[in-house]
Amino acid sequence: MRMSAPTTENRDPAIDPRRRKNSARARRIADSAGVGWKVLLLKIVAMAIIDALALYSVLVLMQSEQWIPIVVILLITGFANYIYFSRGNLPAKYLIPGLIFLFVFQIFAAGYTAYVAFTNYGTGHNSDKDAAVNALLLQAQERVPDSPAYKLTIVERLGELSFLVTDPDGVVEIGNDDNPLEPVENAEMDGSKAVGLDGYNSLNFSQIVANQQEIAAMAVPLSDDPNDGSLRTPDGSSAYVYLSKLVYDEQADTMTDTRTGTVYYDIGTGAFTAEDGTELLPGWQIFVGFDNFTRAFTEESIRGPFFSVLAWTFVFAFLSVATTFVLGLFLAIVFNDPRMKSKKYYRVLMILPYAFPGFLSALVWAGMMNQEFGFINVVLFGGADIPWLTNEWLAKFSIILVNLWLGFPYMFLICTGALQSIPDDLQEAARVDGANAWQVFRSIKFPLLLVAVAPLLIASFAYNFNNFSLIYMLTGGGPRDATAGVNVGATDILITMVYKVAFVGSTADYGLASAFSIIIFLIVGTISIIAFRQTKALEELN
Amino acid sequence: MSDFRPGAPAAKGLLEKVADEDTEITSSRGGSGGAGVPGGAPAPRRPFRRYFRETGWRHLIGIVVGIFAIFPLLYVISASFNPNGTLLTANGLFQRLSLDSYVSLFTSAQHPYGAWFVNTLVIGLITAAGTVFLGALAAYSFSRMRFTGRRVGLTTLLVVQMFPQLLAVVAIFLLMVAIGDIFPAIGLNSQIGLIMVYLGGALGVNTYLMYGFFNTVPSSIDEAAKIDGAGHARIFFTIILRLVAPILAVVGLLSFIGTSSEFVLASVILIDPDKQTLAVGLYKFISDEFSKNWSVFAAGAVLAAILPVALFLALQRYIVGGLTAGSVK
Repeated sequence: MRMSAPTTENRDPAIDPRRRKNSARARRIADSAGVGWKVLLLKIVAMAIIDALALYSVLVLMQSEQWIPIVVILLITGFANYIYFSRGNLPAKYLIPGLIFLFVFQIFAAGYTAYVAFTNYGTGHNSDKDAAVNALLLQAQERVPDSPAYKLTIVERLGELSFLVTDPDGVVEIGNDDNPLEPVENAEMDGSKAVGLDGYNSLNFSQIVANQQEIAAMAVPLSDDPNDGSLRTPDGSSAYVYLSKLVYDEQADTMTDTRTGTVYYDIGTGAFTAEDGTELLPGWQIFVGFDNFTRAFTEESIRGPFFSVLAWTFVFAFLSVATTFVLGLFLAIVFNDPRMKSKKYYRVLMILPYAFPGFLSALVWAGMMNQEFGFINVVLFGGADIPWLTNEWLAKFSIILVNLWLGFPYMFLICTGALQSIPDDLQEAARVDGANAWQVFRSIKFPLLLVAVAPLLIASFAYNFNNFSLIYMLTGGGPRDATAGVNVGATDILITMVYKVAFVGSTADYGLASAFSIIIFLIVGTISIIAFRQTKALEELN
Repeated sequence: MSDFRPGAPAAKGLLEKVADEDTEITSSRGGSGGAGVPGGAPAPRRPFRRYFRETGWRHLIGIVVGIFAIFPLLYVISASFNPNGTLLTANGLFQRLSLDSYVSLFTSAQHPYGAWFVNTLVIGLITAAGTVFLGALAAYSFSRMRFTGRRVGLTTLLVVQMFPQLLAVVAIFLLMVAIGDIFPAIGLNSQIGLIMVYLGGALGVNTYLMYGFFNTVPSSIDEAAKIDGAGHARIFFTIILRLVAPILAVVGLLSFIGTSSEFVLASVILIDPDKQTLAVGLYKFISDEFSKNWSVFAAGAVLAAILPVALFLALQRYIVGGLTAGSVK
């Protein structure tokens, strides 16, 4: 079943090129012979499944005419097939699976963040202009006074509801939200009203009641031109013409309010704007260049909170590392004594905060620090009313305290490791030279320890810079800064600010949030590059 | 999970020593002593003052720090046994004991705790398995093969980690919305989608940990197998993976612990309460009715924490090295 590899291999480096070529071929043959038929079968089945999934996605995407994703999927699948069914390209065979995920959900996501940071994407600006025009017209619809009623039957096909209407002239038409009215023939008539159509189920009264909300929200356009208005029904049995009070003029690219006569222009801000500055929302997504960044640094209502959040982020990250390191180092020194017994019991106790899931710790501490009912105020301080989490400065203190609880075990562990890796003879030599314990620590142990743990301290700083769960679970970023133009509080750090700007509250500003993400990236990246230079971690790669 | 750790390779050496520290190392380190303590061999019976000066005060500090460390955990355990307890009544530690809160955790219709628990386990396990598999594949090729772009690839993996997925949360959300419009099964509000997002962070620090460990397996083993006719796949799956099993366990465990307490991405992607994980569900639960159902929350927290804590303590000796080198909580 298996060929043994040719013995010419590794013989003499200076053999003639043809023999080397032969031996390379022999190695390839040996390699492929080594792959049993089971592995081959597994490979074929796996690739068949992947190809089938890709084919399915391409078919689905073709229906909605998404050409770019189709090309991407075809390229990726084609490339994967080529790699796995060709000889050679061994490294790629092992790297591709991880790389695909990395590209889509990390590298592409990072690139997309950068893109969004230059748009006005967010509440009121989340689709293209056509969709915004349609939404505006629909939103401003009102019933045309004294307009005749259309006799209506609600019909359903494949879970989709449609209006089957008989207009005042007796013409039977059908349509739904996405498809304007079209005349139909052969409708089943009850007197002058169409009540059924082949291929559709007519809804009875109880079904209409059951789908009341959906039916009330339906607006069936009379024609392709959104300015013609649409049919809506208040009761499910008759429909009326609703006309938008806004009129869209495609040539001039303006919206006109027919009642007030106000004209709204597209002035390039991603929304129709009147001369007095009022905007019609929803607007649409546009490219705004560096606007989000300029807003972060210049607009008064954002700049103030942004700068204080930025400053607190640095203070928090620095104090987090400093406090946990000092306590961890102190404990490491205290427990690093050979004469002390039962150290391991203390160790287990001290590791527990580290083993307990971090988000839960923060929530538990939030309960203990509650101003009215929390354990700390009620029991430890005998019913005091200390605003641990609601006063700006106390909240900051509480966060550092809880972070100390969460983080000192880690520092204790790494400091213990570093202390024990310092060779004894150095200390003994110093002692022989007459140094006292403090001098030994100050001039020998501490510098050596610092060299060993410095990279970890930098890593810890970078981690705490984005320590989302502690802040968000403990104080939620609060107390809220009421004067700020964005939803931030006194203890928010940059990453919680990103999350709140994008996902918390009634308005979302994805553009601004992405711009903040990019700013965090630049800061952490700069710090990391400096750290790299210092620790020369890259030199270990070979 | 996918935090950027510049120090990881450098710190590995010293941290492996921590793992051995559990066993008391009294024998070899006789005369050195700690800071602030005069040298001298421990006497069998010391007067109290001397005892206190040498080791007694250390125990005192140990007790104080031990109380600081353990207290919040005792508090939450006590609160979880407090029937129908609010935040206020939870203050009487261990005064009333009952399992009511645990029962209502699984029976109340308002919060599908059982579903959260299962979701967290399933998402965590699949993500851990996927991370181990993808990372091991990549580490194998970086460790055993020489190809153009290898060095660049290794460096790129580090550089990419500077932009963790946490920062890209807005973009990932918008991407999932777009995917969900066309393929609801893997888009927004889909657990498969969330797992795929997590796997996007599979290469990175984990690959580094594994890469370092793979390098410690002598390549003469591969070569011997190759001469015997084994192909690369056979060498990888039947020989190498067995030899590097410890690091696979460490990476899998770290990934599981990291995933099961991840909040940001899970809260953005999973919308239905039935689909959420413990981190998202418990946070929403407690922010909706903070002080009223404190004991139910505490019971949920205790149950959620048992598995990670048990895993951590049981495998402490093995994972401390990897954990301190690879991630900071």
